[in-house]
Amino acid sequence: MPRRAWVVAGATVLVALRALALDTSVLPDPALQARYVALTHELRCMQCQNESIADSPVDLAADLRQQVREQLLAGKSDEEIRSWMAARYGEFILFRPRYSWRNAWLWGAPAALLVLGALISWRVVRQRTALLAEDQEPLEEDSAS
Amino acid sequence: MNRFLVPLGLFVLLAVVLGIGIRHAPEKGIIASPLLGKPAPEFALPALADPTRTVRSQELRGRWYLLNVWGTWCAECRAEHAMLLRVKQAGLVPLIGLDWKDDEQQAQAWLSQLGNPYETVIVDRSGRAAIDWGVYGAPETFLVSPAGVVVYKHVGALTEDTWAREILPRVQGNKS
Amino acid sequence: MLPELGHFVLILALLLALLQAFFGLAGPALGRERWTGAVSAALAGQAVMVGTAVACLVHAFVTDDFSVLYVAENSNSALPLFYRVTALWGAHEGSLLLWILLLALWSVAVALRSGSLPASFAARVLGVLGLVSFGFLLFTLATSNPFARLEPAAPDGRDLNPILQDPGLAVHPPILYTGYVGFAVAFAFACAAMLEGRLDQAWARWTRPWTSWAWAFLTCGIALGSFWAYYELGWGGFWFWDPVENASFMPWLVGTALVHSLAVTDKRGLFKSWTLLLAILAFSLSMVGTFLVRSGVLVSVHSFAADPSRGMFILAFLIIMIGGALTLYAWRAPLLRSSAGFELGARESFLLFNNVLLVTAAATVFAGTLAPLIADALNLGTLSVGPPYFNPTFLLSMLPLVGLLALGIHANWKRGRLRDKQRLLLVTALVAALLAAGVAFGVYSGPHVLTPVAMTLGFWIALASLVDPLDRWRRGLSLPRAVLGMTIAHLGLAMAVIALTTVQSFTVERDVALAPGESARVGGYELRFEGVRHVEGPNYDAIAGSFALTHHGQPVRTMQPQKRQFWVQHQVTSETAITMDHGNNLLLALGDDLGAGRWSVRVQVRPLVTLVWLAALVMAIGAFIAASDRRYRVTAAALAPGTVLPERVRG
Repeated sequence: MPRRAWVVAGATVLVALRALALDTSVLPDPALQARYVALTHELRCMQCQNESIADSPVDLAADLRQQVREQLLAGKSDEEIRSWMAARYGEFILFRPRYSWRNAWLWGAPAALLVLGALISWRVVRQRTALLAEDQEPLEEDSAS
Repeated sequence: MNRFLVPLGLFVLLAVVLGIGIRHAPEKGIIASPLLGKPAPEFALPALADPTRTVRSQELRGRWYLLNVWGTWCAECRAEHAMLLRVKQAGLVPLIGLDWKDDEQQAQAWLSQLGNPYETVIVDRSGRAAIDWGVYGAPETFLVSPAGVVVYKHVGALTEDTWAREILPRVQGNKS
Repeated sequence: MLPELGHFVLILALLLALLQAFFGLAGPALGRERWTGAVSAALAGQAVMVGTAVACLVHAFVTDDFSVLYVAENSNSALPLFYRVTALWGAHEGSLLLWILLLALWSVAVALRSGSLPASFAARVLGVLGLVSFGFLLFTLATSNPFARLEPAAPDGRDLNPILQDPGLAVHPPILYTGYVGFAVAFAFACAAMLEGRLDQAWARWTRPWTSWAWAFLTCGIALGSFWAYYELGWGGFWFWDPVENASFMPWLVGTALVHSLAVTDKRGLFKSWTLLLAILAFSLSMVGTFLVRSGVLVSVHSFAADPSRGMFILAFLIIMIGGALTLYAWRAPLLRSSAGFELGARESFLLFNNVLLVTAAATVFAGTLAPLIADALNLGTLSVGPPYFNPTFLLSMLPLVGLLALGIHANWKRGRLRDKQRLLLVTALVAALLAAGVAFGVYSGPHVLTPVAMTLGFWIALASLVDPLDRWRRGLSLPRAVLGMTIAHLGLAMAVIALTTVQSFTVERDVALAPGESARVGGYELRFEGVRHVEGPNYDAIAGSFALTHHGQPVRTMQPQKRQFWVQHQVTSETAITMDHGNNLLLALGDDLGAGRWSVRVQVRPLVTLVWLAALVMAIGAFIAASDRRYRVTAAALAPGTVLPERVRG
């Protein structure tokens, strides 16, 4: 059961957390280790579905981390590992939706919205600039609010 | 006039999506298995009763079977046990047990204590086979066809309802 | 007996809300002055009933009445009094009651301050609020009655979820909901304007303080939630783009756009239909958020127990409220036109860009949050969306927004006059860049390529915000509260940008294995493991690790993370030790016993993370100050009679 001791400037706070299964084994190659960290943060723990396998303490997460480690050492690419996981657990295991035609609407949405926004802005500014030409009334000097 | 209807139009679309979402909500915690319709993952694992004997998935071809993932550490498996015994009694589909990340001695004690609904129990100490089947929480049950294709997956304790509505019809050929 | 009373008064509240809605909407529409006058009375009655109901439920909790199902599910006789009261909003039914209470309070506030509004308009506003209250009360009574009885009464309760037994629970939901629900006021003002058939600058001036107040509360509520998650979860995260978090963030983004759009409508009578739409949208997102959290359509660690029947009810409610408002919009908005003009470099332009970018950001978060649902509905398989999607896409809209803000602050209304300020712009940009470089490269190391850019923008906003106030002070001019508030809010934003950039760029996290006597060096700090010892707690056994923390050789303090095993539930929890030093937050968690005295340990150094929440507080304070400006207390007499549609406003 979580309990807290409150913080007074300079003191430490203790906060509760389910037991962490920390992963202290480091892959020999720093580049591989970096990929390992990145991949394990991108894969969802299917048991505690809102945590990544990097953070989740359950056995399944440890098993999956082990899989990632072994596959990296065997020379598999990031995409191959993701596909391997998705083939068994579905796309749901990936926190980052794949770049595919099926997901194009999702990845494309922000840029498309920005373009739409830019077009609308351009139209409005043009319209208002034209109206300004006919408008000779002065406005009070107060520039803020 | 048209562009002022756009917000309403978009909202209607949203309402439809949300409506469909609710209809599917009961299955939300349960992720659809990507294995459905695909060949069952191969395995070669030791049997619980006789560790020197290896059970291969190939041997199970040619008949329907239910692969049930369980463990003595799993409370819901305990609750499911009675149902599994009933499945065994019905004698229509054999149960193959996958003892997942478990202690073999405890598993044997469990079965002798509570009864053994399984035709065979295979042991997955490392969890590799379970990962191949996309298992993420016990108990899970897979229905495999004689051709070796996974046709149905049930997550959680097996219920009478699922047995009657999803498993039996498929085994008896009334559902695709 | 009291639970029955509670149930009964809720039913009365339902009827009174219906009356409030009826009088408020039918009265002005049919010209019945008596009805219009009766709205406040109906509201007063509703509020009293709701207050009584809440009091009854509090009483049930305080007296451990386990014959009430909700109390039995969320409380326990051993639970301290403080948590027994806050458990009121710990689960679905009670949190709905909180919603209803806050809506009633906001409605009463509007009624009390409506002296300066024309009677029929005020009645319509309260009428719309009455409709919303009615909907929520109906939902509660029909599907989520907090007074449902448990027969036979339980001997003791199931206890409040341990994670919620925390002071954070006392403040986060009430403040968050105050903000969330507060947007109903802007919504009601918008609906009233549409029903009335008139929307002018006076309307904007009435609506602005209410919107700012709601926005300020929502800002605090979200920040509190983030702060609480950080300390409660202990592994350093403070924002996860979880669907429930997004459900509160989307109204915030749209609310921010609304606050700015209202400024334009107030000042120049422009963007009227857009402001109207935003007012509808902000509250609609609050409602959709409520739906998402309670209907089970999305997987989330925070959602309330899923129940599809509740989902259908809320959906029906959404369709009626939002569909109705948007239909009104489609009918009335086309007639709102203005022929005012402005140039590209004018303040209006920048506020337009502000709105476009904020709404784009909100739409992006919306798409990501609902993606699993959309994919499911269109049979595109199971999709999952997390931080790797949200972070880059959010940044895509936010970086331009922040950049344009630094420029736009200097722009005058109508004619911009930015060209006159070129030197000022260059100087402030340069100083900002230098400050940013100092922080990014001097104080810390190894920045990401975007880091100096984002940091420069943060400092630039801060400098830009100070220019006008300093100028006024220099010239001996007064500083209206609206301007002061705006300045403070923008400074808060600058702080947030700088703090977030720092945390995201310079956080260091490492998992290490240490034996007693060994040290780990992380982020400029050195941690020497001194060993573990056994500690016995009130209901647990613990192993406490002792770590001496030093910073560049200077001793700081000892940190003692623990690993606890509880006697009763056999649950093992890891207690992270968190400490602050020179603006850095250090987190230390004990992992596993690796044998031979070695332990695995997770260390995180998070610089300036506390500044993030402080920044949110500053933004909220700015909003509160701005909302208190006297110019918003406009009396009806001082208003020019509003023109009826079609309306043309000059300049």
